[in-house]
Amino acid sequence: MSASVINVTRRTGAHRSWIRRHAVSLAFLAPAAIWLLFIVVWPTIDTVRLSLFNESATKFLGLTNYKTVFSTDTILTAFRNNVIWVLIFPFFVTTFGLIFAVLTERIRWATAFKALIVMPIVFSTTASALVWATIFDNSPQIGAVNAAALTVSDWFNAPGAYPVSTTAGQTVADLVGSDSRFEKGGNSIISTSSARAGAMIDIGLRDVSPTTLTVLKAQKAVKPQPMSGAITGVVWRAFSPTAPTNTKDILPGELGLPLLRLSLVNAQGATVASTTTTTSGQFKFANVGSGKYFVELVSSNFSAGFTGISWLGGSSLTPVSGLNQTAQALLSVPLADMAMIICYLWIWAGFAMVLIGAGLASLNREVLEAARIDGAKEWQVFRRVTVPMLSPVLAVVFVTMIINVLKVFDIVLNMASGSSVNATPTLAVEIYNDGFTGGVHSGVSSAIAVILFLLVTPAMILNLKRIKGV
Amino acid sequence: MANIVETTDLTPRRRGLARRLGTRGPANIVLGLIAIVWLVPTVSLLVISLRPEADFGVSGWWKALLHPLSLTFSNYHVLFAQGFVAGGLLDSLITSLEITIPATLLVTFLACFAGHSLVFGRWRGRDIVFLVVVGLMVVPVQVALIPVVQFYRELGDLFGLNPYGTIPGVVIFHVAFGLPFGIFLMRNFMSGIPKDLLEAARMEGAGEWKVFYRIVLPLALPALASLAIFQFIWVWNDLLVALVFLGGNLHTPLTVFLYDQNHELQANYWIISTGAIVSVVVPLIVFFSFQRYFVRGVLAGAVK
Repeated sequence: MSASVINVTRRTGAHRSWIRRHAVSLAFLAPAAIWLLFIVVWPTIDTVRLSLFNESATKFLGLTNYKTVFSTDTILTAFRNNVIWVLIFPFFVTTFGLIFAVLTERIRWATAFKALIVMPIVFSTTASALVWATIFDNSPQIGAVNAAALTVSDWFNAPGAYPVSTTAGQTVADLVGSDSRFEKGGNSIISTSSARAGAMIDIGLRDVSPTTLTVLKAQKAVKPQPMSGAITGVVWRAFSPTAPTNTKDILPGELGLPLLRLSLVNAQGATVASTTTTTSGQFKFANVGSGKYFVELVSSNFSAGFTGISWLGGSSLTPVSGLNQTAQALLSVPLADMAMIICYLWIWAGFAMVLIGAGLASLNREVLEAARIDGAKEWQVFRRVTVPMLSPVLAVVFVTMIINVLKVFDIVLNMASGSSVNATPTLAVEIYNDGFTGGVHSGVSSAIAVILFLLVTPAMILNLKRIKGV
Repeated sequence: MANIVETTDLTPRRRGLARRLGTRGPANIVLGLIAIVWLVPTVSLLVISLRPEADFGVSGWWKALLHPLSLTFSNYHVLFAQGFVAGGLLDSLITSLEITIPATLLVTFLACFAGHSLVFGRWRGRDIVFLVVVGLMVVPVQVALIPVVQFYRELGDLFGLNPYGTIPGVVIFHVAFGLPFGIFLMRNFMSGIPKDLLEAARMEGAGEWKVFYRIVLPLALPALASLAIFQFIWVWNDLLVALVFLGGNLHTPLTVFLYDQNHELQANYWIISTGAIVSVVVPLIVFFSFQRYFVRGVLAGAVK
C-alpha cells in the first residue's frame, strides 16, 4: 500500500527524474537488444528473403527454391528422417525419464544414479556420437553390441569349422567339384551313390580357407584302408595348382579337413551314426549293419553363424513392397537412424528424468496416499494417479524434445559413415550441406531453413502461451 | 491406553515396511542394471584412449579390463608432447577456451542487465519485449547462419574488419543465440526479488547502476551461476557454429578437431578417443563442481 502511494506522488511530482530513470533502464537493455536485432532477428528475416533468390543472392526466383526442396531426393530423405526422429525419440525419452524418475524415489543411492544419468548431457554430442559409433561398429573386435550379440547367438547357432561366407556370395554348392561323387543336399553335402560296409569313401572339397586348416593343425590327407564291417574314408582340401578341377584324387601336398562332422544316413534317410574326422581328415563308421548307406557332411560344418548387424551401414528396415522406388525409399527406416536415436536417448534421458523428477517431488503426496489407502495397487496408483497428475510436465518434456530433435545435427554428422551418410541426413544437416560445403550457397539452404523455422513455430507459440498464462 | 495405541499403530507401519522391501528390491536391481548400461560408453571411451594404438580393432576394449596393467598413458603423452602446434589437441583445447570463456561472460552479464531492465524498469512494453525474447528461444541456429556470414563480410568490406573465420566472429554469434535463454532465466529469477528492497535504496538516493550492482546482482548470483554453467557447456559442445565460422581454419575448437579426425581418410581412433576424453573432462569438472546450479538451470529452462 505504502509503496504505491509513494509511486503516485513520485510520478506526478518528479517528472524529470522519472524520465532519467527510464533512459538508464533502457540503456541496460540496449546491448542485448542490439545484439539480438543484428544477429538473430534481422538474419532470420533476411533468410526468408534469401530463400526467394538464387544461390548467390543476385536473382529473384520466387518460389523455385521451395519447389527444388520438395523435388530433391536427398532433401526428401531428410524430411523422412526428421519424421522418424520426431515419431520415435520424444516418446521414448519421456518414457525413460518417467521410469527413471519414479524408480529413483525408491532407492537410497538416488543422487549417485541421477548424476550418472545426467552426465552425458554435458558431453559434446560430437564426442558421444563418436563413442556410440564404435559401440555399434560392425566388427565384434570393436563394437560391443555386435560382440554381445555374437556371444549370445553362438550359444544357439555356433558357426561351423568351415563357415561359408554367404555375404561374399559363396554357397555350399561351391565346395563340391563338378567331378565329385557328392552333391549339395540342402545346406549339407551328401554322397550321390550308396555304400555298404567295407567301403572306403573319399571326398575332396574346394574353396576351403587355408587359414582354417592352419588353425586346426591339419595334416596331409591319407586314404585309410577299407575295413570289414565299417565304412571308412577321408575328406581333404582339393587344391592343387597343377590340377585345380580335380576333386577325385588326393594330390601331393593336399591336406585333410579335421573336425568335420559326418553322418551315416540309411536308405530311408534316417541318421544312424555320427563321427568327426581326424587331423588328417580320416573318418570311420564302425559296426555298420547290412544295407545301403549314404555319407553326409552335415550342414552345421558350413554354417557361418551370426555375423553381426550392420547398424551404421546403409541397411534399412523396408516393410513395404510393391511400391515404386521413391515411395519405398521414403517409407524405409535406416538402421543407422535407430542407432543414433539410441545414442540420443543415452544423452537426453537424464534431462527428462530431472524435469519429471521435479514434477514428481511437487506432487500432492496426500492424493497418492489416499489412493493407496483405498487399496489401489502400485501400478494402478502410477497409471491412474501419478501419470495424469504429471501430464503438464510430461508435455513440457515432450515438446522440448520435439524442438530438439527437429534441429538434430551433430550426431548425424559424426555417427553416419560410408553408405549411411546418404540414408541419414536431417533437415539441419541438409541446410549445412547445401549452404556451406564448397563455398556459401544461400538459395535452397535458406528455403530449408525457413521450413525448419516454420516447423518449430508451433512449439514457439506453445511456449508463449504457457508463459503468458503464468 | 498407551499400549493400545502402539499396537494399533504397528499394523500399518509393518505393512508399509513390507511393501517398501517388496518394491525397493526390484527397483535397486533395475536401476543398477541401467546404471551399468549408462556407464558403458564412458568407460569404453576411457579404456580405448588408454590402450595401445595397435590394439584397436584387434580385440574389443572390454578385453583390456582383464589386463588393467596393459593400459598406458602413451596416447595422451604423444598428443601432449606435440605442444601447441596449430591443429593439434592442445591448440584446439586453447581455442575452445578462447571461444567459450568470452561467450559465457558476455551472455551472463548482458542477460543480467537486460533482466534488470525488464523486471525493474518502468517503461511500457516490457512484457512485449519479454515475449519476443521467449519467442526467440526456439529459433534454430541454422536460420541465421548465411545472413550473418554475409553480414560479417560486409563489415569486412566497410571497415576492413571481417569477423568471419575469426574467434570473435564465433563468439558474437554464440552470444546472440545464448541471450534469449539468458534473459528468460534472469528475468524469471529477478521477478522473485522483492521490489521493496529496491524502492528503499532508491528512496535513499541510490542511482539505477548502484541499485543493480549493490542489490540485484548479489541476489541474482545463483541464477547467474546457472546461466554461466549452461552457456559454458552449450558453447563448449557446439559443432555447427564453429564448423561454419571456423571450418578449415588453422585453429579450431575441440569439437571441430574431433570431427576432422573422424572424417580423415584413415581415421585414427586413438587420437579420437584421447581427444574426446580431453574434450569431455572440462565440462565434467564444471558439472560436478556446480551440479546444483546446473540442475536448477535445466529446470528453469523448461518449466516455469
